Amino acid sequence: MSKSYRDGLPISPDKFVDQLMRLKRGSIGRREFLGLTGLGVATAVMAREIGLMPTPAFAAENLGDRMSIATWPNYHDPATFENFKKDTGVAVEVNVFGSNEEMLAKLQAGASGWSLFVPTNYTISTYKKLGIIEALDMAKLANFDGSQEDPRFTSEGTIDGVTYAVPKNWGTTGFAVNTKKLAKPMTSWKEFWDTAMAEGDGRTMVHDYQLTTIGNALKYYGFSFNSLKPDELAKAEELLLKVKPHLFAVSSDYQPSMRAGDAWMTMCWTNDGAQLHRDIPEIAYVLGKEGGEIWTDFYAIPKDAPNKPAGYALLNYLMTPQVAVKEHLANGAPSTDARVNKLLPKEVLDNPILYPAADLLKPLEFGAAATLTDPGRAELMARFKSA
Amino acid sequence: MHGNRFRHNLLTALLLGPATAWLVVFLVLPFIAITVFSVGERAPEGGYQAAFTLAQYANLPARATAFWNTMVLAPAGALACLLVAYPVAYYLALRAPERWRLILLALVVIPFWTSLLMRTYAWMYVLGGRGIPALLAYVGIEDIRLINTPGAVLLGIVYGYLPLMILPIYVSLERLDRRLLEASADLGATPVSTFLGVTLRLSLPGVMTGFSLVMILLLGEYLIPTLLGGGKVFFIGNALVDLFLQSRNWPFGSAIAITLVLVSVVVLIAANRISTRLSGARRVDLI
Repeated sequence: MSKSYRDGLPISPDKFVDQLMRLKRGSIGRREFLGLTGLGVATAVMAREIGLMPTPAFAAENLGDRMSIATWPNYHDPATFENFKKDTGVAVEVNVFGSNEEMLAKLQAGASGWSLFVPTNYTISTYKKLGIIEALDMAKLANFDGSQEDPRFTSEGTIDGVTYAVPKNWGTTGFAVNTKKLAKPMTSWKEFWDTAMAEGDGRTMVHDYQLTTIGNALKYYGFSFNSLKPDELAKAEELLLKVKPHLFAVSSDYQPSMRAGDAWMTMCWTNDGAQLHRDIPEIAYVLGKEGGEIWTDFYAIPKDAPNKPAGYALLNYLMTPQVAVKEHLANGAPSTDARVNKLLPKEVLDNPILYPAADLLKPLEFGAAATLTDPGRAELMARFKSA
Repeated sequence: MHGNRFRHNLLTALLLGPATAWLVVFLVLPFIAITVFSVGERAPEGGYQAAFTLAQYANLPARATAFWNTMVLAPAGALACLLVAYPVAYYLALRAPERWRLILLALVVIPFWTSLLMRTYAWMYVLGGRGIPALLAYVGIEDIRLINTPGAVLLGIVYGYLPLMILPIYVSLERLDRRLLEASADLGATPVSTFLGVTLRLSLPGVMTGFSLVMILLLGEYLIPTLLGGGKVFFIGNALVDLFLQSRNWPFGSAIAITLVLVSVVVLIAANRISTRLSGARRVDLI
């Protein structure tokens, strides 16, 4: 097993603070905090060194004792990683990211140190083209059952018959509203942007992410979420520049501000919407009736993964329906796997945030690879942010 | 004689070796790398693609707003820092009782032991809805927003960089020859003109050191505007982060980075010149 230079390094200050903040706002418990920050691992390692805890043997392959995963904030049941460690002896270091571009940038630069990561549908073809993800060895993923997956959500993981990524969950991009502060019912992106400049003045957040922020501004005019047409993008830019002075923040970390009551309305992904609504019932999740984004997050393994055996082992573990169910209950995103849906409690399946009505889903578009990498949209975003 | 010189040279080499190696590895080599990147092109999927073009430099006006914001913020932030720091340094050096001085100085430095990120996060919570606004709501003042305002960014900057400003000023004031103050008073100067003509004048090297130190750090600042300003105010540091981590336009990011380095050098030299002229005699070397 090749060793990354990162192996054994302590958690970085940013990540530590990240986890500390999650602990503070109650997204994770103290045990999870210890686990994710490595404080728990440190204790466990010390205990093992002095013989207090036996190292569990793993029959098939040497998995090493640690690996690292790159994923999104508030996206896993921390108990999953603790249980995986109990079963295999492999401690999982969790790296949290704010955007797909950031993940791509890290992987492009090389030596990311990850053995598993969670890319979104529209990035997979780019990763494949750049040759930085592994064609998955399906024999090592016995728990994955492609026949149980909804092809609408999973097709982008397979290119020319080769599977590069398997789905974790799907979701939508809508907006969350604190209905105590903004009582007027809203159903469209037009209302989102108009309210941001009126009652929601100084209290509205948009993502620090060109794909969704520009995409949802395009929806104001009914254009495609993925539009690359200069005249349509010019209209979206005009709207964004007009809204800019009224915004509370341009940030993809909106949960703390929504929870603290600083922000009243924000662009929002399904899973965050479900978590916010679960904890603060007056926060509603709205899908714009004009459409917007639907997405699938996948699991993939980088070609230069320092601990591929553990990456496969964790992925296979995560594909176990009984494990995946807990993941969905924790992060609030809907599953692509029929076996998992069978295990989910009825109130989850009936939750319109997770499983919206068909007529709301219909106009949604999957983000396209070209949308993410388009330099014109990147420059537009820079003009918006610097305005 | 000969052996002596050899030994002398060896000693010099040993003394300078670690610093030189450090600078070569962490300053010169990266600088060469970004210089090469800056004349390249963005690959279709992002990153760097070899080329020789000045297109990235020609494109610099696309980040003019970011440069402008930075050029306004950096001196303004440093000035705000100076206005808060000078009285503190003055008190510490000239007024504080001897036995308290060390403790007070330690209190200035101790927050520096915690990372700036941690301290800025703390401010996020103090200024956020569950902090001061919640207290204000308790006494009946509702819906006050403090976080993500220019004021919050200014507060974060002054707070974050204060020790860097206080310490050099303190040092220059501490070395001040008190007899000059007495002489000035004996010769009939008012306290105000003594302060302006003697104290302030002689502490100028410290002021300029602190000012340029804070200003140069502010030229690259991106954390405080992001966390306390809600990412709405865009500095050159933010432009760099986005170019490298979001749009992955490494060549353009490199061109901006080089421009920023050049600007910083110009600022340093200018500050050095001004300081030398104002204080009359002593040359201050910052680099």
